[in-house]
Amino acid sequence: DQVLHIVPATSQQVQHLQLLHSTLLLDLWKPLMPEDIMAGEELHIRVPAPLVQEVKDSLDQHMISYRVLIPDVQKLVDQSMPRERSSHKQVREGYVYTQYHPMEEIYQWMTQIQNNYSELVTQHFLGMTFENRPMYYLQISQPSNKAKKIIWMDCGIHAREWISPAFCQWFVKEILQNYKSDPKIRRFLKNLDLYVLPVLNIDGYIYSWETNRLWRKNRSPSKNGTCYGTDLNRNFNSSWGTVGVSFDCSSEVFCGSGPESEPETRAVAQFIRRKKSDIACFLTIHSYGQLILSPYGSTTKPPSNNEELIQVGEKAAAALAGKYGTSYKVGPPSLILYNNSGSSRDWAHMVGIPLSYTFELRDNGTYGFLLPANQIQPTCEETM
Amino acid sequence: DIKDVGHKYHLELELEDELDKDSTVNCTAEVLYHLGNKNVAPDVQFTLEGELKSTEEADHVFYTRIRSLEKELEAENIPDSHGHVPPELQPLHLLAWAASGFLVWQNSTENTQLQLAQVKRVKQVRRSDKYLQFDFQVLLHEMVSQEIIPWEMTVLWHPRDGVQVTRESRQPGHSSG
Repeated sequence: DQVLHIVPATSQQVQHLQLLHSTLLLDLWKPLMPEDIMAGEELHIRVPAPLVQEVKDSLDQHMISYRVLIPDVQKLVDQSMPRERSSHKQVREGYVYTQYHPMEEIYQWMTQIQNNYSELVTQHFLGMTFENRPMYYLQISQPSNKAKKIIWMDCGIHAREWISPAFCQWFVKEILQNYKSDPKIRRFLKNLDLYVLPVLNIDGYIYSWETNRLWRKNRSPSKNGTCYGTDLNRNFNSSWGTVGVSFDCSSEVFCGSGPESEPETRAVAQFIRRKKSDIACFLTIHSYGQLILSPYGSTTKPPSNNEELIQVGEKAAAALAGKYGTSYKVGPPSLILYNNSGSSRDWAHMVGIPLSYTFELRDNGTYGFLLPANQIQPTCEETM
Repeated sequence: DIKDVGHKYHLELELEDELDKDSTVNCTAEVLYHLGNKNVAPDVQFTLEGELKSTEEADHVFYTRIRSLEKELEAENIPDSHGHVPPELQPLHLLAWAASGFLVWQNSTENTQLQLAQVKRVKQVRRSDKYLQFDFQVLLHEMVSQEIIPWEMTVLWHPRDGVQVTRESRQPGHSSG
């Protein structure tokens, strides 16, 4: 298989490329959708080996210039595979959960998951990111005529925390693959619906793959485009702009021009507001630090159900440590981390969701944001 | 709280060997953060209860390997985006980590939590004396502000003398775009 780099010059060339894509079922890597192919914009398309010559001939015929970006896709895949071949489960599914995946692959994964588990899973549109990418969440729901409470989990609100989206994908896989064989999971889904948003900050995540691995914020510009990014976890309407934030766009904790100024924040907030009376638990997954954070970060005044929050958190930490001995601390950020306002966890609790937690996954700073892929499995297993 | 001087913390730590997780040594330490002048590093006194494992053999292997390189060692992005460190660069990663510890110590206050996030670039500089010299550009992560701070440092190392940071300079701006 080869990946070709093409810049169509005219709209006729664009049309021809779209035709090739749809008739030969080629794999568009960039842009995501064939309707986004534009003259003057670069295109990356993967061509299966048996079709390579035919495609190149067709491009030559239409005077469309191209170059080979990746001469042998399989070779590259083999090079980037982890040395240890782990469980057969992955091979069967085809998706490698013990590796980090770029956004295009996560989009495809969501479609695959919905197809493979259509009795339980539906993909839903949540909103658009600043750079106009669709945000989707997966609803895992056992058909039933009784109304069920919802557990919400979002991952990847901070771009560089790659272990977070990896966990959301792992979580979905574990639930679905073991639904039939695990009575605990079946009982769980009898009474609860799971809503999982695998990547909240899609623009930032892509930016961390393509440009700056340690990027944190979203990609909306300020100051006439001289500065980019709002910290989405300072942008919610929970004591917005009061503590642990900056009003300077160049800061990593820039809280935006106002609460919910960012489209990604609004997409989540609007949805949660609509469904809040049905949501029993709100989880937002981050790294690193090995912490289970309960509200609040903006004040030391404890939430009304603080005892319950801490108790549940402690139980989770104990279960987590039981797996590989990894220790997690439990408590509000104002006590065990640092003060901050505008977090999604605080906001969710303030609008009435009783159990609201931020999970800071592995590790404790050794690798920090650059957690090796070989730690994806143990991190996810213990967090399950 | 020490009036007019600063805040002193008494710590009991367990040190864990990165290369042998079962090997631990207890340690007690006292850290004094000075009042007022934030440009002064905290005072640190420590006592090890036990001995650190000998690294003589590994040190010798690394030293000889680097000295015998034909071309000066150069590398980037350790670990890489996927957290991977190639085996031959592991010792360099550890060296960067130890040296960054010096940077962290010199620049810590009660309100910071600094960690080495990544080695952006490392270049060996050949020397006529016995020391190995590496010029690093590292990225430090500060937990409270969440900032990524680029820092340049020159590190000298020799098996018998250990790590020295002979020059260090915080870089302007941050890893942002």
